[in-house]
Amino acid sequence: LAANKAARGNDFQWCFSQVKGAIDEDVAEADIISTVEFNYSGELLATGDKGGRVVIFQHEQESKNRPQLRGEYNVYSTFQSHEPEFDYLKSLEIEEKINKIRWLPQQNSAHFLLSTNDKTIKLWKISERDKRAEGYNLKDEEGRLRDPFRISSLRVPVLMPMDLMVEASPRRIFANAHTYHINSISVNSDHETYLSADDLRINLWHLEITDRSFNIVDIKPANMEELTEVITAAECHPHQCNVFVYSSSKGTIRLCDMRAAALCDRHSKFFEEPEDPSSRSFFSEIISSISDVKFSHSGRYMMTRDYLSVKVWDLNMENRPVETYQVHEYLRSKLCSLYENDCIFDKFECCWNGSDSAIMTGSYNNFFRMFDRNTRRDITLEASRESSKPRATLKPRKVSTGGKRKKDEISVDSLDFNKKILHTAWHPKENVIAVAATNNLYIFQDKIN
Amino acid sequence: MSEHSGPHHTSKMAGADGDDSLYPIAVLIDELRNEDVQLRLNSIKKLSTIALALGVERTRTELLPFLTDTIYDEDEVLLALAEQLGNFTMLVGGPEYVHCLLPPLESLATVEETVVRDKAVESLRKISQEHSPVDLEVHFEPLVKRLASGDWFTSRTSACGLFSVCYPRVSSTVKAEIRQHFRTLCSDDTPMVRRAAASKLGEFAKVLELDYVKSDIISLFTALASDEQDSVRLLAVEACVSIATLLPQEDLETLVMPTLRQAAEDKSWRVRYMVADKFSELQKAVGPEITKNDLVPAFQNLLKDCEAEVRAAAANKVKEFCENLPEDSREQIIMTHILPCVKELVSDTNQHVKSALASVIMGLSTILGKDNTVEHLLPLFLAQLKDECPEVRLNIISNLDCVNEVIGIRQLSQSLLPAIVELAEDAKWRVRLAIIEYMPLLAGQLGVEFFDEKLNTLCMAWLIDHVYAIREAATCNLMKLVEKFGAEWAQNTIVPKVLGMANDPNYLHRMTTLFCINALSEACGQDITTKQMLPVVLKMSNDQVANVRFNVAKSLQKIGPVLDSNALQSEVKPVLEKLATDTDMDVKYFAQEAISGKLVFPPPAAETSLYVRFYRSGKPDDHAVFLSSSTVLSLA
Repeated sequence: LAANKAARGNDFQWCFSQVKGAIDEDVAEADIISTVEFNYSGELLATGDKGGRVVIFQHEQESKNRPQLRGEYNVYSTFQSHEPEFDYLKSLEIEEKINKIRWLPQQNSAHFLLSTNDKTIKLWKISERDKRAEGYNLKDEEGRLRDPFRISSLRVPVLMPMDLMVEASPRRIFANAHTYHINSISVNSDHETYLSADDLRINLWHLEITDRSFNIVDIKPANMEELTEVITAAECHPHQCNVFVYSSSKGTIRLCDMRAAALCDRHSKFFEEPEDPSSRSFFSEIISSISDVKFSHSGRYMMTRDYLSVKVWDLNMENRPVETYQVHEYLRSKLCSLYENDCIFDKFECCWNGSDSAIMTGSYNNFFRMFDRNTRRDITLEASRESSKPRATLKPRKVSTGGKRKKDEISVDSLDFNKKILHTAWHPKENVIAVAATNNLYIFQDKIN
Repeated sequence: MSEHSGPHHTSKMAGADGDDSLYPIAVLIDELRNEDVQLRLNSIKKLSTIALALGVERTRTELLPFLTDTIYDEDEVLLALAEQLGNFTMLVGGPEYVHCLLPPLESLATVEETVVRDKAVESLRKISQEHSPVDLEVHFEPLVKRLASGDWFTSRTSACGLFSVCYPRVSSTVKAEIRQHFRTLCSDDTPMVRRAAASKLGEFAKVLELDYVKSDIISLFTALASDEQDSVRLLAVEACVSIATLLPQEDLETLVMPTLRQAAEDKSWRVRYMVADKFSELQKAVGPEITKNDLVPAFQNLLKDCEAEVRAAAANKVKEFCENLPEDSREQIIMTHILPCVKELVSDTNQHVKSALASVIMGLSTILGKDNTVEHLLPLFLAQLKDECPEVRLNIISNLDCVNEVIGIRQLSQSLLPAIVELAEDAKWRVRLAIIEYMPLLAGQLGVEFFDEKLNTLCMAWLIDHVYAIREAATCNLMKLVEKFGAEWAQNTIVPKVLGMANDPNYLHRMTTLFCINALSEACGQDITTKQMLPVVLKMSNDQVANVRFNVAKSLQKIGPVLDSNALQSEVKPVLEKLATDTDMDVKYFAQEAISGKLVFPPPAAETSLYVRFYRSGKPDDHAVFLSSSTVLSLA
């Protein structure tokens, strides 16, 4: 049903469901959300922030007396994943900011996720406990010690029910394998390995082995002055265990086959769209840099995000994307000032809906964009406190592009470039989306009529 | 306090009232839940003591139910628990009650940590043997089925390891069910489970009736060997060995070989690597005829594989493969099919490949005999001795004994020398260390003259290497050389040089003299030790560096037993007594130790006396560390 609905595209309306995070005007740096990720079932939603914390929300069961209100996401577990560190050998501070979170497929009643900062990847277990052992031999119920010489019988502890407790425990720490900053982690479909990518290298890890990883891509030139591009993102194919892709700052994507060789220096596919010479400018290279790459759930397509657009590529066609969507074309004339305020280097992410029929990515002014791949319709929505009334329908936003500004339109000049939506996530099965706006997490869902 | 003890308070070991023998057990039970993991672990490791005290009935009704729900704990605690439960049969009342152990092991078999799960499965396999045939069907087999159809793949992977232990002992109806369960798991949705099934396929095949091997196992094997996941396909290669061993020769060609051929040419290098890695086992399993017709070309391909990892794995197997070839055609196959590939590998672009080859190539000489070795292998050895990668050269040198048996080492000596010299001076100290370790062997094979002429200088040079590990190894090397060439040789060639270093301006070199004396005194005998070495040692007792002086004390203690008693009394004792009043506390300490002669110290730990303080006080403390390092620094 959900898939059907999504396939029909935007003929439903998005409405507000929840907002998480403080309303305060001045935002603490540590509270800024740096990654958002649903787990495989969509039952859990994880966020990471610049303060190194991971917050996990759980989907509550729908309540029977309010059937129009679908379940909300409530805090399930919060833990400090990474702490600030200092590399004494290189005199470098290592930020605690969580760069990426990836869930592992569920293997038993506990849940597992990988979280990473610039240098260190950690495997966390989130598990529930609802029983507690009771009864000691050497203490009585109040915890007073008993006389050890008067013990006349042995007492075996008994497990009693207790309030549900959710524990997060670090299971493995994968450290010391990255010289540069980690930008991506991705779990392989074999469920036993994952890859991690930094600016110049990609490593392959076994989930159970922390003291060893295999370098599978290394683009570091012998002489760093010859460096012309860096790796910006990498992802494993959702079904083919041997295939992964990585994108570069030059706007190209390489697909590698791990079967062919241990070191994937030679790609098997190279995706690149020829540049249009007429639009060539000083900023061409910067804005063509790919900030995110995501395989579709089907594994047939992949999507890349560059500064101004989202492109969908068919894995069988390397010379151009099959679809290109403009995210905020009106910024093309503003590149100069965006360069000056560094916004041009913002790394926007992108995501697919559960049936691969729609895609979503962020923009400025707390706007985010959705594109329906079947109808080619697009929509701009805003994550804002103003519309955050329960069940309030989100009104489409419009940015005026030159000429006269119509009513309800916002002029490009009044966009707030400090409010950027970099991280979004789409529930794998339903039309529920999570949108990170600075320190707030907005959850929207489709309206059931 | 009997109100707390529940209905079963009449344990056999427990006294009726106020029994202090219960106290230690009470502590152990309470510490099962201590916050300190080490204490919990300790309690779990003494679980049998607890069970014994509780008696079999309370163990069954109270302890085991508690343990069944304790799966929240740390891995190491769970691992210990899983192991303990495998030996618990008598503690729950013997084989009659062994099934009581199933619930806790079942819950341990579903945890996410592979080591814990594997240990739980191991214990389950163990106690399955203690089940009567009836209990096996009533209790054990249902557990296997539950695990096999569990929601989470952790439980399904555990089930894979249990089929083979119950299959031989159940009725034919249940057997059919087990086969069905195994089939289902082989096509499970998650690769984890398929991997577990693939890794147990061989073991399961072994307990199946031959007809079922042919009908069931082969089709599962074929399916797993063409799984979409590389990690599943490569495990099928291992199963291939067991399955091929089970089948009669005439069935191999149709049932196994198509799959094996396919694996050897798999698109994924990891699968081909696995084939190369298991090549000797495969070769034995399929027998000589198939080896000749199929495996020889397959092996050639692996040696020429485009992936270096595969070539290295295959290169590692060259000797074993050749050895196991059928005798009648061995030489011909090697000469016409294998040797050409080997020749190419000698100049491979990848150093791991060359180094893997270098570690086995010498073994071919015994197989091929003198003439072939001289004509065909010798040029390869010589080429590898000149390889740019030190590991390749080292691997050749470390296997010289094989060649020595066939053609004698002299043939190689002219190329050997430059290779050794270069390794001896390698910038990496580990390489230098490795070559030192081969010196005694080389010396034995090359003979004393060659050694004196060419290698002696090297051995002496190592004594003043700037890395301690090298100096230490060099000392040890001298001892082995003296054992080989005798005391007279030592007296003429090395003792003067060693003693000469006693006057070196560098205190580390002076200490090396002492270490050498420690090592050599026994091999050199009383005469040389008393007449030549002792005077030098005694003279060094006046050294201005404390580290040298306390090493004098240690040396005197070490060589004491070799000296004659006159010298001990008249020369050694006064010096030690003087050192015992030294201003430095370390010197004093060692002098006193030497006088009382009670302590035997660990091998030289001279450069920092942290070790010393450690042994004196029983534990190192920061103050001592500070003191000792400052002494060393100010004196150096």
